[in-house]
Amino acid sequence: MAIFLNADSRIIVQGITGSEGRKHGARMIAAGAKVVGGTNPRKAGQTVELSGVEVPVFGTVAEAMAATAANVSVIFVPEAGTKGAVIEAIDAEIPLAIVITEGVPVHDSAEFWAYAVAKGNKTRIVGPNCPGVASPGKSNAGIIPADITTEGRIGLVSKSGTLTYQMMYELRDIGFSTAVGIGGDPIIGTTHIDCLQAFQDDPETDAIVMIGEIGGDAEERAAAYIEKHVTKPVVAYVAGFTAPEGKTMGHAGAIISGSAGTAQAKKEALEKVGVRVGRTPSETARLTREVMQAG
Amino acid sequence: MDLFEYQAKELFAEYGVPIPQGKVATTPQEARQIAEEFAAARPGAKPLVVIKAQVKTGGRGKAGGVKLADTPEEAEEKASRILGMDIKGHTVHSVLVAGDTDIAQEFYLSFLLDRSDRTFLSMCTVEGGMEIEDLARERPHALARIPVNALSGVDHAKALEIVRAGRLPEAAQEAAAQLAERLWAVFTDEDATLVEVNPLVLTGDGQVIALDAKVSLDDNAAFRQDWDRFADPSAVDPIEARAKAKHLNYVKLDGEVGIIGNGAGLVMSTLDVVAYAGEDFGGVRPANFLDIGGGASAEVMANGLDIVLSDPSVRSVLVNVFGGITSCDAVANGIVSAIGMLEERGEPVRLPIVVRLDGNNAAEGRRILDEAGIPVVEQVATMDDAARRAAELAASAPTGV
Repeated sequence: MAIFLNADSRIIVQGITGSEGRKHGARMIAAGAKVVGGTNPRKAGQTVELSGVEVPVFGTVAEAMAATAANVSVIFVPEAGTKGAVIEAIDAEIPLAIVITEGVPVHDSAEFWAYAVAKGNKTRIVGPNCPGVASPGKSNAGIIPADITTEGRIGLVSKSGTLTYQMMYELRDIGFSTAVGIGGDPIIGTTHIDCLQAFQDDPETDAIVMIGEIGGDAEERAAAYIEKHVTKPVVAYVAGFTAPEGKTMGHAGAIISGSAGTAQAKKEALEKVGVRVGRTPSETARLTREVMQAG
Repeated sequence: MDLFEYQAKELFAEYGVPIPQGKVATTPQEARQIAEEFAAARPGAKPLVVIKAQVKTGGRGKAGGVKLADTPEEAEEKASRILGMDIKGHTVHSVLVAGDTDIAQEFYLSFLLDRSDRTFLSMCTVEGGMEIEDLARERPHALARIPVNALSGVDHAKALEIVRAGRLPEAAQEAAAQLAERLWAVFTDEDATLVEVNPLVLTGDGQVIALDAKVSLDDNAAFRQDWDRFADPSAVDPIEARAKAKHLNYVKLDGEVGIIGNGAGLVMSTLDVVAYAGEDFGGVRPANFLDIGGGASAEVMANGLDIVLSDPSVRSVLVNVFGGITSCDAVANGIVSAIGMLEERGEPVRLPIVVRLDGNNAAEGRRILDEAGIPVVEQVATMDDAARRAAELAASAPTGV
C-alpha cells in the first residue's frame, strides 16, 4: 500500500520543459513511475521526450488532469513562479502536489498554504525545498534516487535530502514502504506528524524512521503526537548538535534562535516518549535494524 | 538577514511608520555634529539626544550601549565610549544619534512567522520596554498572540483587534492601529520574517511612535528585493565572503577539521559526527560548514577545497559525499582534478584529506581515488570512521603547517 504514492499514481510534472523538469522527469520514468504528462502554458500541445517516452505537455494542471487522469503533480517551477504553480495545482484539486523547488520566499509558502487551507485542503502539499516522495518498487515522484534502496517495510520521514538517501542506502537490504522528504523550510505543507499518522495507519509499514534537524519545534510536536497516537516503533535522528546560534545551516529553516530549536531539546523530547534516537546516521540505521529484526 | 536599527527605521519611514528623528554616526565627531543640529532646532532641550549602539543583538541598554547626552560635547564623549564596544561578540561600528522622546507609556508590537501553525502572528502588549522573552515566560497571559492569515492580512479592523487584544489604552488605540497597518505593509512588501517594535511609545503629546525597530528579512526573497543597500561588509567573515562570491554555501566555525559534503542535512550531521569523534582527540571540532550541493563538479570541488584550506585553523579535511543523484565516480574524478587544479595554481595540498564515498557507484569512485595515488588522500569506508580519522589527524598535526 505505502503512503501518499503507489504503483497506480499518475504523475504530471509542472515545469516539464525546464532542465530540472526534464532531467528528473526522465529519471522518474526510468524508475518505473507513471509520468503521464507535464505543463508549460507556452508549450501546450507539444511533447517532450523523456527516457524514450513522448510525454504530452498541457497548458494547465486542470487540462492535464482532464486528459490523463493524473493525481500527482511534481513541481520544478523556479522560485519566482512557484507560488503560482502551487495555487494552480490547488485550484485543479489534484490530490498530491510535491514542491521540489528550493529558495521559495517564505511569504509565498505562507500564502499558498493559506490558500490550500481556504480551499478545504483537497490537495496534499509536500515541500517546498524537498526531495519528494518515493515508494520503492511502486513509484517515485521527485528527485530521490530510485536505485539506492529496495522495497520493504520501513517508513521514512525526513527534513533532509542527502540524509534520507544515506539512511535508505544503509538499510537497503531491509527496504522501505515509502520515504517522504518533507523539506527543511520554515513553512512546509506536509509535516512529520502527517507522515507519522499515515505510516501508523499503513499496514505495509512496520517501523518508522524520522529524521529531523535544528530549527522550529516540529520534532517536539511530533514527540507529543507519537506519545498519544503511534504504537509502531519509531527511531529518530536529529542533525545540528554543533550548529551555533543564529547561523543558518543550508536550509532556510535550520537556524537556532535563542533557546528554541536546538538539537538537544529535540532529542530529549523524542527520548522522553520512548523514541530511540541515534547519535549518528549509522547508529540510527543500526537501531532501526534492531527494531526490524526484533519485530 | 537582520537589519541594524537605523536601517529598519529607514524602512519604517518609507512606509510612513512614525519614528523619532535621528542620524547615524561612525565617529564621535559626527555624533557631535548631529547633536549640534538637534541643539539648534531645540535649544535647551534636556536630555538633548540619545546615543544608541548599532549592533544586531539585544541587550544593548544593559551592556551600556545606550546613553543620554545633554550637550553636543557630551554626545561626542558618550559616542566615543560606545563606538568600538563589544556587545555579545558584536563590535559597535556605528551609533544612532536620535532626538529624545517624551515617553508617557511603553508598549510592544510585532509581526512574525509562526512556523508551528504555518501562518503569520502578531504579538502585542501594553507592557512594553522589557525583554519580550522574559514577559512571554513569566506572564504569558499579558502577551496577546493574534494569528494573521497570509491571504487576508491586516486591515484597519484587524489592526484594531491586535492593539485591543494587547490592551493598549483607548487613547493610543487609533494611532497604534494605523501604525500596525503600516508595519504590516513593511512585513509583507519587504519580505520580512520579523518586524518588531519594542518599545512602541505613546508620547506626552499623544502620538504613537516606534522608538526602536528590529527587522529580519527572508534571504530567499533577495531575488525580488533591492537589499544591496543593507549589505554590512564589517560583519562578514573574509572566508565567508570569498565563498559567497563563488556561490558556495560556507559557514565559518571555530574548529580544526575542514568539512566538505553534499546536502545541508548530511553536512550538518558530519559536523556533529566530527565533534563527537573529536572528544577523544583533545576536543578537536569542525572548522566550517560547506555544502557543495548535488552535482559536485571538479571545479566546485576545487573551489570548495581552496576555501576550506584557506582557513589557517584547519589541520585536516574531511570530504563526506553520498552519491545519490551524482554518482561517486564523478565525485572521485572531481577530487582528483581539484587537487591537480590547486597544484597548477601553485597551491599544492599539504594537509591530510580523508575521503568517504558511499552510495551510487561507490566502488568505482574508490578505485579512481586509489589509482590516482595522491599521498595526502586517505579513504575510509564509513562516515563514523572517516570522522574519527579526520579528527585524529587534526589532533596529531603539528601546529603551523
